[in-house]
Amino acid sequence: MAETSDGPLAARASSKALAHLWMILGVIVVAFPIYYVVIASTHSTQTILRPPLPLLPGAEAYSNYKNAFSGGISKMGGVSLWRLLGNTTLIALGIAIGKIAISMASAYAIVFFRFPLRMVCFWVIFITLMLPIEVRIQPTYKVMVDLGLIDTYPGLILPLIASATATLLFRQFFMTIPHELLEAARVDGAGPWRFFKDILWPLSLTNVAAIFVIQFIYGWTQYLWPLLVTNSNEMNTIVIALKKMISFADADTPWSLVMVTSVLAILPPILVVVFMQRWFVKGLVETEK
Amino acid sequence: MAHILLKELRKSYAGQEVIHGVSMDIADGEFVVIVGPSGCGKSTLLRMVAGLEGITAGTIEIGGRVVNDLEPRDRDIAMVFQNYALYPHMSVRENMAYGLKISKMPKPEIEQRVARAATMLELEPYLDRKPRALSGGQRQRVAMGRALVREPSALLLDEPLSNLDAKLRVQMRLQIKDMHLRTGQTTLYVTHDQVEAMTLADRLIVMNKGIAEQIATPSEVYRTPASEFVAGFIGSPAMNIFTIRAEAGTAILPGGHRLAIAGIPASGEVRLGLRPEDLEVTDADTASIPIDLRSVEHLGADAFGYGVIVGSDILLTLRLPGTSTAQRGDRLNVAPFPGRLHLFSIETGKRI
Repeated sequence: MAETSDGPLAARASSKALAHLWMILGVIVVAFPIYYVVIASTHSTQTILRPPLPLLPGAEAYSNYKNAFSGGISKMGGVSLWRLLGNTTLIALGIAIGKIAISMASAYAIVFFRFPLRMVCFWVIFITLMLPIEVRIQPTYKVMVDLGLIDTYPGLILPLIASATATLLFRQFFMTIPHELLEAARVDGAGPWRFFKDILWPLSLTNVAAIFVIQFIYGWTQYLWPLLVTNSNEMNTIVIALKKMISFADADTPWSLVMVTSVLAILPPILVVVFMQRWFVKGLVETEK
Repeated sequence: MAHILLKELRKSYAGQEVIHGVSMDIADGEFVVIVGPSGCGKSTLLRMVAGLEGITAGTIEIGGRVVNDLEPRDRDIAMVFQNYALYPHMSVRENMAYGLKISKMPKPEIEQRVARAATMLELEPYLDRKPRALSGGQRQRVAMGRALVREPSALLLDEPLSNLDAKLRVQMRLQIKDMHLRTGQTTLYVTHDQVEAMTLADRLIVMNKGIAEQIATPSEVYRTPASEFVAGFIGSPAMNIFTIRAEAGTAILPGGHRLAIAGIPASGEVRLGLRPEDLEVTDADTASIPIDLRSVEHLGADAFGYGVIVGSDILLTLRLPGTSTAQRGDRLNVAPFPGRLHLFSIETGKRI
C-alpha cells in the first residue's frame, strides 16, 4: 500500500513520517506494559523491586520458569501451574464452545422456524444484551448453590454460556443465507438437522471462528464469576491465582513468579488469536457465499 | 415419471386469494410451460406443486398420489431455481450427489448417476470445482444436473434461464428441449419469456392475475387465443387490438372505415385483434383499412411498419417484407387475411 504513491490516499513523505511516528507511539504505549511483564519474568524479585526498571532481559529466565512449573506456585496456592492452566483452558473452551452451541441453536430457531412467540423470544434474548453479568449475579449464584454447582466446572461454565451478542451475530449471518438454499435443501430431502449440519454449519465456519476467538478470550479473562463460585484452590483459574499471589506488602510478593504467571496467562489467548487470525478476519469482514 | 393432476388449486395469503382455482391434467412425459407477466402467480403455482408453498384449497396428485400435505422430499420431484441455489461450499460433484446421499442410495449408483448427468451436461471437467469458480451457464447446468440425477417423477423449473445472457439462453433452451426429448421427464417450466414458452412447451398455461386464462398447445394459443389478455401477451410484436362497432353485420372501424367481417355480432361493440403478420398491403379499391405510416423498422428479413388508422389515433403494427420500400409518411391500405381475425367480448375479454 505504501508503494502506491499516486493513489487517492497517497501522502507526502513528511505526513507519512508523522503518521508512522504516531502509530509507533501508540504501539509503545499499548505494548510497553506487556513487554515489561516479559522482561520482568526473567529477573529475580530483588531486581524487580529495586529501581530503576530493568529494560533488558535478565539472566534468571530459566530458573524463574523452572521454579514456576516445578512447584514454586503450588507452594503458594497449593495447586500447580499446570492445574491452573488446565482449569482456565477448560473453562475458556467450555464457555466458547457452549456459547457457540447455544447461540447458533437459538439463532437457527429464530431465523428458520416459524413458531408462536418467535419474535417475543427474539426480543427477550435481545433485552438480555443490555444486562451485564453483575446485574444478575446474585440470583445466578443462588441457583448455582441450589444446584450444588459451587466449586465445579459446570458451575464455572454454565452461567456464562448464554450470549445475546453471539445469537444476534448468528441471526444476522443466517438471514443473509439465500432462501432458495433452504428450499433447494428441502427439495433434496434434507430435514432441519441435515440442513444445519451439511449446509449452514460449513457456511458459518468463518463466523464460528471469529466468535470462538472472542469468546475464548472472554472466558480466559473471567474474574468476577470464578472468584464467587469457587472456594477451593483446586478450582482456581490462572487469573484468580494471580490475584491471590499478590499480597499487600510489596516485599511479600514473589514478583518474578507473578510475572512468569502473567506471561503464561497472556500466552494462550495470543496463540489462539495468532492461529485463528486468518479465519477470524475472514469471519468479520466477508461472508462466503 | 408420472402424470400430474391439478384440481381447482387455490392459494390465499392472509385472506387474499392469489391463485383462483387452476385445474390441469398433465400427461406423463409432457412438457408444460407456465407463462405470464410478473405477479401473475406462475411461480406460486409451481412452488405449490413443489410443496414449498401450502395449498389453500384443491388437490395435487403426482403419479396418482395426493401429495397436498407431503414435504417436498416426499413428493418425488426435483426443482431448478432461478438463481440456481447451488450449495456454495460443495463441489459440483457433491452438489449433484447431495440429494441422492440423503436418500441413502448406494455409493456406486450415486457415482454412476452423477457421471451420466455430467456427461449429458458436459460438466465432467468441472466436477471438482466449487460453484463460485463456474460461469453462469455452467452453474445453470449444475443446477439442471442436480435435478436430473434424482430421476424424479416431475421436474420443476422456475425461470431457469432468466439469469443468463441472450446467447447462452438460446443454447440452454435447446439443451433443455433436447434433454427432455431424451429423458421423457414430466416437466413443469415457469417463464415470463414467450419465446421459451412457445419453443419448449407441449402445452402452455397462460396465467393472468392468478387465473389460468388458457391451457393449450403453443400453436393453439397463438392462433386461437382464448382471451384478449392471451392475445396481447403471446406474440411479438404484440397483436393489434382495438374496439370496433358492429352494424348489420359490418364492422365500423375507428375513423369510420367499413369492413366486412364474418362472425361479428349484429350490433354493439367488440374488440378486434389483428396480428401484424396477418395484415396484407393491398390496393385502395378493395375493402381495406387506410393507414398513415409513422415509422418503419428494418430488421433484415422483415420490416415492421407502425402507422395510425386514418381518421383516428389507433396505432397499428404490421409486418412488411424485408424488401419493402415503404417509409414514414406513406399511406398504405391494409386488409386482414380472412379467417385470421380475433374477436373478443368487451365485457369479459373472452374470445367470441
